[in-house]
Formats: sequence, structure tokens, C-alpha cells
Amino acid sequence: MATETTAAAVEGHVSPVGLEEAGKCVDSHGGAIGMPQLCPEWMGNQIFWLAVTLVVIFFVLSRIALPRIAAILAERQGTITNDIAAAEDLKAKAVEAEIAYNKALADARSDAQNIIAETKAGIKAELDEALAKADAEIAARTAEGEKKIAEIRAGALESVGEVAKDAALAIVAAMGGKADAKTVDAAVASRVKG
Amino acid sequence: MATETHEGAEKGMELVFHPMDQFIVKPLFGEGAVGVFTVTNVTLWMALALLATIGLLVLGTSKRSTIPTRIQSVAELCYGFVRKMVEDVAGKDALPYFPYIMTLFIFIVFSNFLGLLPGAFTTTSHIAVTAVLAMLVFLTVTLMGFFKHGLGFLGVFWISSAPLPLRPILALIEVISYFVRPVSHSIRLAGNMMAGHAVIKVFAAFAPMILIGWIGVLVTPLSIIAITAIYALEVLVAFIQAYVFTILTCVYLKDALHPHH
Repeated sequence: MATETTAAAVEGHVSPVGLEEAGKCVDSHGGAIGMPQLCPEWMGNQIFWLAVTLVVIFFVLSRIALPRIAAILAERQGTITNDIAAAEDLKAKAVEAEIAYNKALADARSDAQNIIAETKAGIKAELDEALAKADAEIAARTAEGEKKIAEIRAGALESVGEVAKDAALAIVAAMGGKADAKTVDAAVASRVKG
Repeated sequence: MATETHEGAEKGMELVFHPMDQFIVKPLFGEGAVGVFTVTNVTLWMALALLATIGLLVLGTSKRSTIPTRIQSVAELCYGFVRKMVEDVAGKDALPYFPYIMTLFIFIVFSNFLGLLPGAFTTTSHIAVTAVLAMLVFLTVTLMGFFKHGLGFLGVFWISSAPLPLRPILALIEVISYFVRPVSHSIRLAGNMMAGHAVIKVFAAFAPMILIGWIGVLVTPLSIIAITAIYALEVLVAFIQAYVFTILTCVYLKDALHPHH
């Protein structure tokens, strides 16, 4: 085989592929003869390197890669589960908070109603009191006024009587008669009354 | 290649087709025979698959963040995808075998996709590789079946739901199909990967036609479109074949864990 190659090299026909590595499976130009897959000379080499590669891949996978990926996936699953649980917790808390809020709101409403009612009642009472007081005052003032009017009226009547007597005396005297004060008084009184 | 073809055209030569050259195993350093321990392009591309695995599943998850980064979510997606497949197809008691199945899936899926890079070597297009993978599955499943169920594992061939006279015939068919499993399992993957890559190369060989004659005006764009279309299909196939290989492994595992139909 070696001599063949040397001869070919001398002739200058050998391609970069060379000859001796291929034996009967490669022609003098480095081209394949038939199917390279069926060349028995290469099979040992392929099987050896395949075995090496498979063993290395198997150990890399089973020792490092697969446990690591399994751990990552498990951790993610755990995180997701925890997050879902936490979210449910928070949701429950939110519902509780809403209930508490609604209760507080209702309480506040009823309180406000009470306060409004109380305030209304208080204002009404004060108002009533003030009204009563004002009414009493008005009544007192009215009574006083009426009394004054009655006094004034009485005073006026008296004055009218006196003026009438004086006028009657004056008129009698002017007519030349002698006016008796008692008679004139009686006469005027009877006329004024009538 | 283009210059070659051009010279060829001047000399009145034809297009150059080397669709299978991409599958040649060659040493990375120097020239010499490919021994068992030689560092070859197989070594390189398997090492790249290994690096991609480490990059995605180890470095990508190194932050262990609860809210994943993009690459970490891809790694988690991968993990979840295969784990769910094992659990759904083979059952919960198959979960101890999950790292083993994950190894197969990750290796195949990265090898397939790395093989789609231009100039790459597709390790899974070789029957030697896929046969080892398939035999690993076959041996694991068979030994595990006998280990767990003893001779009761043979019940997998005895279909108790069928009518009694039919059972021996069915048992024969089942036995044959059982032993054909690793063959179909490995050839399906290697064949799919090889065929797609070879077809792309064939179309690629038509691409320089424009340098040869006027018919190239028609052929060259067509071949480029065809390369693009086949490449898209290959992206799909790269994933689907990894998926198919893995799910079949799960199915076989289920047979071993629960041999009675």
C-alpha cells in the first residue's frame, strides 16, 4: 500500500486526500469507490470514536446537565406553587379587607344618621325654647302695650270731660248766665255718657 | 471545482460528479492509514457534537435562572421533549433509562444538524455508527427484558390476543421482526442522512453547467433552487430522523418492560 502511494505521489496524481489512509475504498484521485459507508477499513475508527463520544456525552448528561435541568424545573415549579399560594393568601386578605371596609362604611353611615338625628333634635329643642321665649316676650309686650293704650284712652276720656266742662262753663258764662260748676259737671257727664 | 469544469469544458469534458466523496473518512493530521485510534474527521465532528451538547445543556443552563434565558429555555425544551417522550411511550418505570435515551437523541440530533453545515462530515450517515447505536439499543432492551422477566420476556412473541392456531405463525413473524429491528433502526437513520446529502451534491454538480454551454442558463438556476429545496427538506429530516430513532428506542424499551401485549 505504501509503495502504491509513493508511486502515486511521484506521478503527481494524488489529491490532498492521499491514498494510504483509504486503501481500497478511495481511488488514486481521492474519490470514493462505491459507498464509503461500506468500507470496512474505517469502521473500527468510527466505532471507537463513537464509543468515546457516547460515553462522554452520557456522563456529561447524567452527572451534570440532566440533574441541573431537573433542579431548575423543580425550583421553578416550587416558585410557581408558592407564588400561587401567596396570591391566594393575598386574595383572601383583600376579601377580608373589603368586608371590614364595608362594615366600617355601614357603621359610619349609621353613626352619621344618629348624629344627624341628635343634632336635629337638639336644634329643634333650642328652636322651640327660643320660640316659646319669644312668644312669651311678645305676649308680655302686647299686654303692656294694651295697658298703655287703655291708660291713654282713659286719660283721653277724662281730658275730654274736663275740656267739655270748661267749654260748657265758658259758654254759659259767655251767654251771661251764672254757671254753677256742679250742675254743668252733671250735665256734661250725662251728655258724654249718652 | 468551477475551474476544473471550465477546463473540462475547453477540453470537451463532462461535469464532475463526486456525491459520495463527502463520506470519506480521512485523518485530520497528515496522511496515513486510518487505524482504530487515528484522529479523523469522524473524531472532529463527533467532538463538535459533544461540544454543542455541552454548550447547550451545561453552559446554557449554568445560570440556573428561574426565568430562563433563550438558550436555557431551549435546553429545558430538549429535556422536556425527550423526558415526556420516554414517559408517554415507555411509561413511568422507563424513566431510569431517560439519561441513556437522552444521550442517543442529543448525539443524533447534533450530528445530523452539524452534518448540514457546508463541508461538514455527517457521522450519522455511516452505517457503522448507526449500527452501533441500534445494536446498543437492541442489546440493552433484550438483556433488560430477560433480566427483568426471565423467560417470561418471550411472551413478547406470543400474542395472547390472537386466535390459538394463528399464534405459532405470528410468533415466527414476531421473532423475525424482532431481529430485523436493529437493521431497520440503523439503516433508516444512515440511509436518510446519506441520501439527502448525496442528492444535494448531485444537484451541486449540475450548478456549474452555465460554464459549459447555453443549456446551463436553464440548468444552473434550477439546480440552485433544487439544492435550496432539498436542504430545507434535510433540515426537517435531520430532526425527524433523530426523533424517530428515539421514539423507536422508547417503543422497544416499552416491549422489554411490559412484554405481555
